[in-house]
Amino acid sequence: MNGVFKRTYSYWFLLPAGIIYLLIFLTPTISSFFFSFTRWDLSDWQYIGFENFRMFFREQSLAIGFRNTLIYAVVTSSLKVVLGLLLGVLLTSKLRSKHFLRSIIFFPTLVSTIAIGIAFSMMMHPTEGLINSALSVVGITGPDWLGNPKLALLSVAFVDVWKGVGIALVIYIAGILSIPEDYYEALQIDGGTGWNKFWSIIVPLSRPATHSVIILSFIGGLRSFDLIWTMTKGGPGFTTDLIASIIYKQYQGGFYGLATAGNVILFLVVAALAVPLNLYMNRKEVDL
Amino acid sequence: MNTMTKMKPGLTLLSVILLAGALSACGGNDGNEEKSSASPSQSETAEGTADAKEVTITLSTDNSQDAVNTANAYIAAFEKKYPNIKVELETRPGGTEGDNIVKTRLATGDMTDVFFYNSGSLMQALTPEKNMVDLTNEAFQQNVIDSFKSTVSYNGKVYGAPTASTMAGGWFYNKKVYADLGLQVPKTWAELIANSEKIKEAGMTPVIGSYKDTWTSQLVVLADYYNVQAQVPSFAEDFTAHKATNAGTPAMLRAFEKLQELHDKGLMNKDLLATTYDVGLKMLAEGKGVQYPMLSFATPAILQNYPDQIENLGFFAQPGDDASSNGLTVWMPGAAYIYKESKHVEEAKQFVAFVASVEGTEVASTVSKPTGPYLIKGASIPDDVPSLVKDMLPYFDNNQTAPALEFVSPVKGPSLEQITVEVGSGIKDAKKGAEAYDQDVEKQAKQLGLSGW
Amino acid sequence: MRRVRSFGFEALGVAFALLVFGIPFYFMIVNAGKDAKEASLLNLNWPTSPQFWDNIRTVAETRDYMLLRAFVNSTALTLFSIVVLILFCAMAGFVLQRRKGRASPVFEFLILSGLIIPPAIVPTIWVLDGIGLFKTLLGLILVEVALGFPFSVMLYKNFMATVPREIDEAAILDGCGGIRLFFRIIMPLLQPVTATIVVLSSVTIFNDFTNPLYFLPGADNVTVQLTLYNFQSQFVTQYNLLFANILLITIPPFILFLIFNKRIVAGMTAGSVKA
Repeated sequence: MNGVFKRTYSYWFLLPAGIIYLLIFLTPTISSFFFSFTRWDLSDWQYIGFENFRMFFREQSLAIGFRNTLIYAVVTSSLKVVLGLLLGVLLTSKLRSKHFLRSIIFFPTLVSTIAIGIAFSMMMHPTEGLINSALSVVGITGPDWLGNPKLALLSVAFVDVWKGVGIALVIYIAGILSIPEDYYEALQIDGGTGWNKFWSIIVPLSRPATHSVIILSFIGGLRSFDLIWTMTKGGPGFTTDLIASIIYKQYQGGFYGLATAGNVILFLVVAALAVPLNLYMNRKEVDL
Repeated sequence: MNTMTKMKPGLTLLSVILLAGALSACGGNDGNEEKSSASPSQSETAEGTADAKEVTITLSTDNSQDAVNTANAYIAAFEKKYPNIKVELETRPGGTEGDNIVKTRLATGDMTDVFFYNSGSLMQALTPEKNMVDLTNEAFQQNVIDSFKSTVSYNGKVYGAPTASTMAGGWFYNKKVYADLGLQVPKTWAELIANSEKIKEAGMTPVIGSYKDTWTSQLVVLADYYNVQAQVPSFAEDFTAHKATNAGTPAMLRAFEKLQELHDKGLMNKDLLATTYDVGLKMLAEGKGVQYPMLSFATPAILQNYPDQIENLGFFAQPGDDASSNGLTVWMPGAAYIYKESKHVEEAKQFVAFVASVEGTEVASTVSKPTGPYLIKGASIPDDVPSLVKDMLPYFDNNQTAPALEFVSPVKGPSLEQITVEVGSGIKDAKKGAEAYDQDVEKQAKQLGLSGW
Repeated sequence: MRRVRSFGFEALGVAFALLVFGIPFYFMIVNAGKDAKEASLLNLNWPTSPQFWDNIRTVAETRDYMLLRAFVNSTALTLFSIVVLILFCAMAGFVLQRRKGRASPVFEFLILSGLIIPPAIVPTIWVLDGIGLFKTLLGLILVEVALGFPFSVMLYKNFMATVPREIDEAAILDGCGGIRLFFRIIMPLLQPVTATIVVLSSVTIFNDFTNPLYFLPGADNVTVQLTLYNFQSQFVTQYNLLFANILLITIPPFILFLIFNKRIVAGMTAGSVKA
């Protein structure tokens, strides 16, 4: 039987995907560790030790990317968790319009990021944009959403949440719907309020959904590029640069070694944050 | 193994499509060859070439309206003169995006036969020795003015020929508003500021900022180079050798301070970070904004979009602190280069020679009015250029010009435009900006392998 | 009384959702139908003389029908990538779930790394250039497949766990080899998760901006996202055309959304929560 087993589930099945994965993903990933220590123009390289990394940490315009990337990932993923959960609770209740609302909130996740970025940067124009025109009707002078260095990153993060909250919502809906009815019935017998229902049943029992949303959006946030590049290109100045946009700029400048070092750094940041986070949340789930 | 045959159709189909594309390209050439050898009459019109093989060469230029028009004009005139050579135009985005495409195409061994690209530091960053054909000893180089050759040279060899007229970096201004307010063209920076304050009082935007297109933010710093070299003649050399820095050279730091002053005194439009270059030109033409630090290459765009406003506009050099040394910072035009791996070097040379001839400049001037003198000996500026171009000519006639820093030093940092956005919008002060730029250029200098860094 | 009040709240909620999620799309739509001058005002007014069709035609004709070529490229990219992705990942998911051995943890690890590690850009260019596929559609298809691989394999693997082994055993007793078993019996059973992957990946790949930006530079092989990005500078004074372009490239995902709305939501949930 063992021979039949091996023949039936032959590792040959892994070969086509394996070759592509090895060639296009693993080879570049592994070689990136080497090239990050070089000055490189794709054909010639010169070993320069930690020079690229030193430059990344010393140059203020590069270092700012770390802080921004962290802020961006934390802000977007936590907003997606909170809003996704609240909307999830709301849209699994007895609302008549829940299917309509689910659809309208989910639709932006399917639309091109570039398109959304362009539309929102026009709506956020400080003098002619829709948002500030609307604010001025009620007598508020709106800020320069994408020009104010203190605000720009958060403005883009807001658009990211606007576009991405649909995914979080869908995951929460599934999580909440999978909670067995018995829990609610037991609570009703104990005379619990809606508030109790939320805190002592929905929040703890939809933890697997929370886990998925956090991991998905946190890693996504750390790697984010499209939206920031469309809306601000990292500007004004360097105030909204993320690690990914810095990598792109170094690549544009022809600093291939430096860009690759940026890739390695991004990898380390993601690994250093996402892996422990994942482990921590897995342990929590077991505790439950 | 059955799995392998299962997966094949998709891949096979793809490779068939790819192959078909490659074959059809070759097929086209074969057909042409046969046709041209069959009709000897064509070889008579072709100048000097013995066999009338029809050859197609490729040309790459950036996709700005002006660049495409000029390239097409060159191509039409050239193909008429050399019927056996066809030129195919490819366009690429402008700015850093385009730099990147040129760099990767060179690095991956796939460039057009001829490419139009910047001269000066950007050209130096392309490793000319590896990627370009040496044009030092071509006959047409005798037509080219020497001051240009140094901007397309690397280790003493010349690699390019100019594709357009010189440009200047300075200040466009609205003459009508100047006259209405009784203002004079400023000869010192203090006068410029005083003028601007008056314009502000009159309720207009004194200085247009269009930082949504970040490259436009560099102009105040770059166009100050005439004043820098007037005070520190050796700056370019010392800067290249890492003996002088931006922050450590008062004259250079002053350029950043000027930018900061425009911000500190509130002389630029409030929404400058959301304003684009095109909107900037519109503000200037319509008189909503009165002065615009910009390259003179904006002239054709204004001429095209606001033809009835062009005569209201003038141009002056960015003034220094001393009225007695007032002069214009000049930008060299881009150049035509030939790709080293080109299969048609001879034809490519014929094309470049045509571009770098008096005839070539005449062709170019029909679609794009020159914004300064041509760099080809014997070429003249047509009389019907806008008066703002004529404003620049005295500087050239009186020898009051200096090339911008990027044409005398290969060191130009990639992030200057972000840094000047920061200084011009008050995120950083001048000193910090100059220091940040010193760090930025270090990267470029090291990548170029310059000594002293 | 309570019913009326809750109805009022719900109406308020719907209005708010429409405001937040509907207005941006309404904004895109109305501006796609204006002339350049009206569009430059960036407001929500309905165009005084709608010219949707004219704008769309102008956009399509720009730069020698660049957008149409881009649509062809993007469609080809999406279709080929998905066919390869589905076939190869289903095969891999099938064996990875059924055959547990000493190598299994290694495969698990590789899949997980694929989910977490950001792709190394320039070295990928270097590899693609080395095998002559840089700046080719085929190269980009391989990139999309390699990057979509971990997620899709994971979905297939999870779903395989719900397919009873008895089915395999019966087929093997009937004399089915692995290949016949997979293509005749398993692959059809995987249909629900295949549908999910088709929808999710086609949206991801069609909307992908970063990978074409890096791996398909130059004007020949443009994709719709790159075209839109480049038209930003082309149409800087003609927002109406920019929005017409946005409208055009939003149509394919919108159609997909209309057809698969329910299924996307169901499929998403099946895959992601279990992970």
